[in-house]
Amino acid sequence: MILGRVKGEVVATIKHPVYANRRMLMLDRIGPDGQELGGYLVAIDSVDAGVGQIVLVIDEGNSARQVIDDPTAPVRSVIIGIVDEITVDPAAAGT
Amino acid sequence: MLLGRVIGTVVPCVVCEGLTGVPFLVVQPLDRNGKPKGEPVVAADSTRMAGPGELITYEGGREAALALDPWFVPVDHTIVTIVDQVSREGWPQP
Repeated sequence: MILGRVKGEVVATIKHPVYANRRMLMLDRIGPDGQELGGYLVAIDSVDAGVGQIVLVIDEGNSARQVIDDPTAPVRSVIIGIVDEITVDPAAAGT
Repeated sequence: MLLGRVIGTVVPCVVCEGLTGVPFLVVQPLDRNGKPKGEPVVAADSTRMAGPGELITYEGGREAALALDPWFVPVDHTIVTIVDQVSREGWPQP
């Protein structure tokens, strides 16, 4: 799982049937201290996340298909949690 | 999923079994600000409606093939949506 910050919504009319009635959010990847890593993802939202929130994201097919509940869904990126707080132990992280 | 811009079409004369009739498009991957990033890839089009100039999202890896019918085909990038709008600060408006 990876961390991301939701930056906006992606709206599409013409799409694969699996994506029908599903919200797609654009998120930037972040590290545990909140700094942006440069990458982004467009992910299906399963938790009603909003712009600005830090979210937990899966970028792996099998887990994503479990969330979508369709064993042949062409889906890889799914938001599966909204993060309240991240704590990094400086001693354990070696910083 | 990542965002991309369709920049061309590919017409194969011979394809693997299962890929007959599947449209192939040249897709330029975009970064988070809508600027081209990386090398263009050839993607199958599961919407069958995308064309040059359009903003799309594509799926990569094994999930790409799952968007097609039959799904047990050698494909690593597939267009899954044609994007109408990206509501993000700084995203270039058409």
